[in-house]
Amino acid sequence: MALRVEHELHQRRKGRNTGVGLLLLGFLAIVFGLTVVKVLQLGDARQFETFDHVARPQIIPQDEAQTGGAD
Amino acid sequence: MSDMSLHETVAESTYEAQMGDYFALMKPRVMSLVVFTALVGLIVAPVGVHPFIGFVAILCIAVGAGASGSLNMWWDADIDARMRRTAKRPIPDGRVKPGEALGLGLALSGFSVVLLALATNFVAAGLLAFTIFFYAVVYSMWLKRATPQNIVIGGAAGSFPPMIGWAVATGGVSIESVLMFGLIFMWTPPHFWALALFVKTDYGDAGVPMLTETHGRRSTRNHVLAYCVPLVAVAVALGFTSIGGWVYLSVAAVFNAWFLKGCYDIWRRNEDQAEADKYKVEIKTFKVSLYYLFAHFGALLIESALRSGGL
Repeated sequence: MALRVEHELHQRRKGRNTGVGLLLLGFLAIVFGLTVVKVLQLGDARQFETFDHVARPQIIPQDEAQTGGAD
Repeated sequence: MSDMSLHETVAESTYEAQMGDYFALMKPRVMSLVVFTALVGLIVAPVGVHPFIGFVAILCIAVGAGASGSLNMWWDADIDARMRRTAKRPIPDGRVKPGEALGLGLALSGFSVVLLALATNFVAAGLLAFTIFFYAVVYSMWLKRATPQNIVIGGAAGSFPPMIGWAVATGGVSIESVLMFGLIFMWTPPHFWALALFVKTDYGDAGVPMLTETHGRRSTRNHVLAYCVPLVAVAVALGFTSIGGWVYLSVAAVFNAWFLKGCYDIWRRNEDQAEADKYKVEIKTFKVSLYYLFAHFGALLIESALRSGGL
């Protein structure tokens, strides 16, 4: 026996639930789009990797790495 | 309680508000004007904005306007129920509960202000927050029922969107955005009072002091002209700023002369003359006022396009 229980409330709220679902998807799209735009606006996307101030040798420019850093 | 009334009560209580009912709380027609003027403020600003950020900013401003509309409907539900024009709004019609409107208004206010701050800057978000506060608290809760100048003060809330659009791009306030604010602010009273002269309202029955009822129709005619004169000054001054130009000034010359003539004609007439031709002048001037605002902001857009094209 199937466990699916269809209450008439589900039918009554179908439009509302669909609307809320679409709004949440829209919100997701906005947050994702804003993230992409903001990161791209940094110019050099490697800046984004410095947000936690942890050294990452792979993002240090080649010439700086060879001379032991900028200072 | 009879069987029939019991049945009706049960039927009413099982009604589920649909998305359209919540959308109606946000006053979509007001939102369309807000979107248009905010978009102009954003586009004519001297600083470019990424199209997606611009889209999100306009969305936030529209949602903020909708939030204040929802809060206004929550607070004014008692007035709305007593007036024919507003009796079918979602709360007095029983489709949405007052608490739902309050919750929606508060949630959308927070959402729109926070998202605008994250997407753009704190000046734009602060202005949006102030606009919502001004419309919901200063206008709806305080002044609407207290003074016949309510429409003048309430108009300030509707005047902020181009200033917010400008702040989204520039991060600040300048003479151009102040004059765009001033243009809508000074335009609202003659526009609304021209309408009030030919539409029979029941504000009096609802206990809202409108100028036509507290000070009479003669005084309202005087006010229409009195507000139109400074409106012309603001509209022309905007043409001499960095966002104005010959196209704008030409449009402003035509529409200000047209609107001023209409306001003068309204002032010159009395009620007997107006009744005789079924408020022909008042109706015509109201229509001109609609074209007036659209033409001015449209001209600013053209000026912006010309500058972008190097003309």
